[in-house]
Amino acid sequence: MSILILAEHDGKHIKQSTRQAVAAAGAWQLPIHLVVTGANSADIAREASEIASVAKVLHADAAHFEHPLAEDVAALLVQLGADYKVILSAHTAFSKSVLPRVAALLDVGMVSDAVSITAPATYVRPIYAGNVLSTVESSDAIQVVTIRATSFAAAAAGGSAEVATVSAPASSGLSRWIKEDKTVSDRPELSSARVVVSGGRSLAERFDELLEPLAHRFGGALGATRAAVDAGFAPNDIQVGQTGTIVAPELYFAIGISGAMQHLAGMKDSKIIVAINHDPDAPIFQHADFGLVANLFDAVPELTTALNQ
Amino acid sequence: MKVLVAVKHVVDYNIKPRVKPDGSDVDIAGVKLSINPFDEIAVEEAVRLKERGVATEVIAVTIGKTNSQDSLRHALAMGVDKAVLIETDVELQPLGVAKLLKYVVEREQPSLIILGKQAIDDDLGQTGQMLAALANVGQGTFASVIDIKGDEIEVTREIDGGTDVVALKLPAVVTTDLRLNEPRFIKLPNLMMAKKKPIETIKAADLGIDISPRLKQLKVADPEPRKPGIKVANVAELVEKLRLAEVL
Ligand SMILES: Cc1cc2nc3c(=O)[nH]c(=O)nc-3n(C[C@@H](O)[C@H](O)[C@H](O)COP(=O)(O)OP(=O)(O)OC[C@H]3O[C@@H](n4cnc5c(N)ncnc54)[C@H](O)[C@@H]3O)c2cc1C
Ligand SMILES: Cc1cc2nc3c(=O)[nH]c(=O)nc-3n(C[C@H](O)[C@H](O)[C@H](O)COP(=O)(O)OP(=O)(O)OC[C@H]3O[C@@H](n4cnc5c(N)ncnc54)[C@H](O)[C@@H]3O)c2cc1C
Repeated sequence: MSILILAEHDGKHIKQSTRQAVAAAGAWQLPIHLVVTGANSADIAREASEIASVAKVLHADAAHFEHPLAEDVAALLVQLGADYKVILSAHTAFSKSVLPRVAALLDVGMVSDAVSITAPATYVRPIYAGNVLSTVESSDAIQVVTIRATSFAAAAAGGSAEVATVSAPASSGLSRWIKEDKTVSDRPELSSARVVVSGGRSLAERFDELLEPLAHRFGGALGATRAAVDAGFAPNDIQVGQTGTIVAPELYFAIGISGAMQHLAGMKDSKIIVAINHDPDAPIFQHADFGLVANLFDAVPELTTALNQ
Repeated sequence: MKVLVAVKHVVDYNIKPRVKPDGSDVDIAGVKLSINPFDEIAVEEAVRLKERGVATEVIAVTIGKTNSQDSLRHALAMGVDKAVLIETDVELQPLGVAKLLKYVVEREQPSLIILGKQAIDDDLGQTGQMLAALANVGQGTFASVIDIKGDEIEVTREIDGGTDVVALKLPAVVTTDLRLNEPRFIKLPNLMMAKKKPIETIKAADLGIDISPRLKQLKVADPEPRKPGIKVANVAELVEKLRLAEVL
């Protein structure tokens, strides 16, 4: 029995979160197989085969996998999955769409967003916006699991697994891909950035003007509260929180952020949290390692200047 | 066109739940419960489709204990036509919920089924995709815009790093993201009226569907608290602290 991991890539490279899933899979001490989908994706399959501790790469290359649809990837995993003990992936938008579909088709339950794994079938997962940690045990013959990537270190390179071609089932015809609109940015991916600079709605129109230079200083990513996103000051895809992206960087700046439970759920595992807020009683200060009570419109430029000296 | 929405009755988002002293579960006795915020968005979208003349009938369904009716009343007050409660005391998990929803889908034959992308209590985010699989229909998860075009629905989805657009053959399952709409404020007379509307109740046990739980909760615990932090006096002190912490 082995473990099957759904690999994710950006068209060029395997994502960091897939390497973290490989590390998480180590808990079972079973052979790890990665399934790579794509069109003309031989280079990506090769990259996957070089991840340490991967025993085999299953490469499903097909025209309709250029923009893989959940229905089609689920059909592939169901075709392969019956022989596996565990079907695993990181808790990303893509896997969140695919894996529940796979679980239902295999008639098994699913564990979402595990932060710790005790083989063979016990998991810890946050519930109620991370206010409670629930330990669950699955009774299913095939375990379908997503992991919270930030809770696991990434598997290193240095492997040399065999790459086997597998045939992809024909497209389901239930859905078709039309287009995508991805933010192009030279900053790192939010979920795996070493430093995240986040702002709340109080930054208003000056969100980018004030936060960009600070993020730039660290080569970090920008984040935002839901309130800042809803008000149109920041794009949707940088919302941090229970219903946005979960981050756990080495350094997190919470600037003009009150510290609502739903926001904390997405960042409270950061190593060091810095809060800047003019309200000394803002709840965010209870979670910050370093709190500065100040008007952000003065403090942020001053901080950026000081750091650049 | 018929639209089915699934609503879940959950602990209100303002409430910070507590772990029972014996660590067996979360103590939700007596706490305020409300309609899951994502499901309120689902209801709003369905009602808007009806107001625009795209939908002819909107049905809301919930699965749970008798008190889940309150979320159905909320949906009725927002403007759904019909409400169904599938009653059970069994500990529900997404696969079981999806199987029961599939029963309703087969009975009502809706063209569109809208669910929340996640319930804010368990945060599993599975039910919609599982239902789509069991009903063998397409799925549009994390929807921020939907647009019905003939026998297809176009769904703009919020994905990591941006958005994408997929077209699904109807019938299809859509799960809502926060930006799909802003639910209306319910006026008191509508709430009073909703209290008088009938709710169809079905006993889950009568349906002969296997909804037994697949996951067993062994225990719950509070997360490790963070070490208490400090307040710094000014920017210079902050920079010094960051330097000492070796993160610069
Ligand atoms: C180990 C474990 C133990 C649990 N113990 C209990 C318990 O003791 N008591 C208890 O009440 N719950 C318990 N639950 C929660 C369980 O009942 C959840 O309701 C169920 O697992 C659905 O998960 P979710 O709400 O996170 O689904 P998600 O997949 O996050 O929900 C997405 C959407 O599905 C729809 N949906 C989900 N549930 C329903 C529903 N019931 N009716 C209608 N639509 C719905 C909604 O549209 C919702 O927005 C437990 C869950 C687990 C995993
Ligand atoms: C279902 C649901 C899901 C949600 N999911 C998320 C989520 O994933 N992520 C998320 O972030 N939120 C989420 N929210 C929203 C959350 O509850 C809060 O409303 C939100 O996080 C608040 O954002 P904020 O801190 O920008 O705004 P506010 O709470 O309004 O706080 C603004 C802060 O800025 C400070 N401030 C103002 N001016 C200045 C100044 N000049 N200098 C310094 N400080 C200043 C104020 O003192 C205040 O503390 C969700 C809510 C719901 C209901």
